Amino acid sequence: MTTLSPSAAGALPPAAPTRPQVRPPSLLVASGIVVRRNLIHIKRMPELLLDVTIQPVMFVLLFAYVFGGSIAVAGSSYREFLVPGIMVQTIVFSSFIVAIGLTNDLEKGIVDRFRSLPISRAAVLVGRSVSSLIHSSIGITVMALTGLLIGWRIRDGVLDAVAAFGLILLFGFGMIWVGITVGSWLRSVEAVNGFMFTVMFPLTFVANTFAPTQNMPHWLRVVAEWNPVSALTQATRQLWGNAPAAGSDAAWPLQHAPMMAVAWALLVTVVFAPLALAAFARRSRD
Amino acid sequence: MTDHPAVEAVDLVKHFGATVAVDGVSFSVPRGTVLGLLGPNGAGKTTTVRMLTTLSPPTSGTARVAGHDVRTEAAAVRRAMGLTGQAATVDELLTGRENLWLIGRLSGLSRRAVRPLGDDLLERFSLSDAADRVVKTYSGGMRRRLDLAVSLIASPSVLFLDEPTTGLDPRSRIDLWEVLRGLVRDGTTLLLTTQYLEEADQLCDDIVVIDHGRVLASGTPTQLKDQAGRASVVVTVSDPGRLDEAELLMRDCFAEVYVEPAARKLTAQARGLADVATIGQRFVAADIGVDDLGLARPSLDDVFLNLTGHRAEPDGPEPEADDDPDHQLEGAAR
Repeated sequence: MTTLSPSAAGALPPAAPTRPQVRPPSLLVASGIVVRRNLIHIKRMPELLLDVTIQPVMFVLLFAYVFGGSIAVAGSSYREFLVPGIMVQTIVFSSFIVAIGLTNDLEKGIVDRFRSLPISRAAVLVGRSVSSLIHSSIGITVMALTGLLIGWRIRDGVLDAVAAFGLILLFGFGMIWVGITVGSWLRSVEAVNGFMFTVMFPLTFVANTFAPTQNMPHWLRVVAEWNPVSALTQATRQLWGNAPAAGSDAAWPLQHAPMMAVAWALLVTVVFAPLALAAFARRSRD
Repeated sequence: MTDHPAVEAVDLVKHFGATVAVDGVSFSVPRGTVLGLLGPNGAGKTTTVRMLTTLSPPTSGTARVAGHDVRTEAAAVRRAMGLTGQAATVDELLTGRENLWLIGRLSGLSRRAVRPLGDDLLERFSLSDAADRVVKTYSGGMRRRLDLAVSLIASPSVLFLDEPTTGLDPRSRIDLWEVLRGLVRDGTTLLLTTQYLEEADQLCDDIVVIDHGRVLASGTPTQLKDQAGRASVVVTVSDPGRLDEAELLMRDCFAEVYVEPAARKLTAQARGLADVATIGQRFVAADIGVDDLGLARPSLDDVFLNLTGHRAEPDGPEPEADDDPDHQLEGAAR
């Protein structure tokens, strides 16, 4: 770029003759640029992070101190039991974050603008997914620190601990596709809000996240223990040493929790990734 | 790559379910010229632009931009063109400079190139002072200018503008027109949609009038005005009390005289410039004071009325209107 210097300001670069060199970015580069743009959003509106910071911390404190006394947990303290549950809830809600971000961009015409550029259409989705995972990871970190303050500990080896965080991220990857599906399918941020609250709360509560499943009515216990969220929660508790392995009366997925957490994440991805891509393509086609 | 037009549409058709939004639109835009797609709300302007800019595949028909087929060579089309959509699609949470960075980088400019090009555009569009402010704080006119600047970051050879001045106050519109003229001088081809006749008249080399997805007429602004009929002699008398006298005087020269008492205005079909001279002398001889006397060509408004059977637009834009009806209408059709 030798044609432009600060002194040339005021004259538009002539269009045809000295077109700057343009080389359409690869998917990786384009996604990176979109991620950076999304992170600038968080920097400008830190309140976007409330959903993964103040809100779950409040949950931790409410559950630990209000309900904690009356929920008995076999082989563990309730606070140790609770923290992995809240972390899992946070990662499940990453689908919510993706959906809101995507719907916002669709509504405001930003997606159309990106589509008029020489970049892969997938860059919008990849960028959105990665920034949402970063967003959720901030939440997981905050949860871990809060947990450490109130008595949650990692009691097993480093490898196991890392594996648990890895499981959480893998599950988050699956949930992102759910978010893209919902975000492409619903037409407004309000609709996404309504839908996600209605679906995500039962999904994260009818599980072993906040209370043990043993005391639930039989039918509910079956539902809760087959809920993918439970397998992930049980797996992280086991890996961090916060709870013993599930008893022989628990449903099969809980008895094989780490393996099932991986399986559920892959299943969610396999089911929702094609749905998400189809919904996004349909939404942004006409 | 030498002699193709910048934009060429051949029999473009777009259906949304049972709705026919665009119904066989054809036109061609020579390089370095400005084409205006003129039409009322919901005429199919936005849909046509979306097809030309690869955002929406045509149901049938073909289109080429900078020589590339919009369907089979979408990537090449995107490299050659810029688009300024109807709602200013700049990122509200980014600063002006960051918006230019974002689209510039995604357009394929190197990190090193994007900065000076962005600064240059900010300067050119009088946004330098606001460069590091978040776009949320910009006025409607500033947003539009930034939107346009962003579309220009990679110096596209063809620029599509969908109602570029909708929602702007008159002053900002005129400023924007000046910027657009500058682009054309530098060799950019423009295709713009508008519902403002004045805008089409001011900016466009050629106009395509569309309504209900069909082309009703096309040609230069002058040709279109000629189609609407001949020029007329228009006299505005100073004293409303002498309107009758003036009418009698004009009836001596013309078979038909049309009087608008409230405006103190008399109109008759002119045969030529000589009529103006004759009438002028007669008014002087009769000592009837005149505010205005001249030859008036039919306006594009008359053209529009002739072709579509309705007026183009209530006068003037509503400044800063956020959601214009055309957008909603065509948006709903999507």
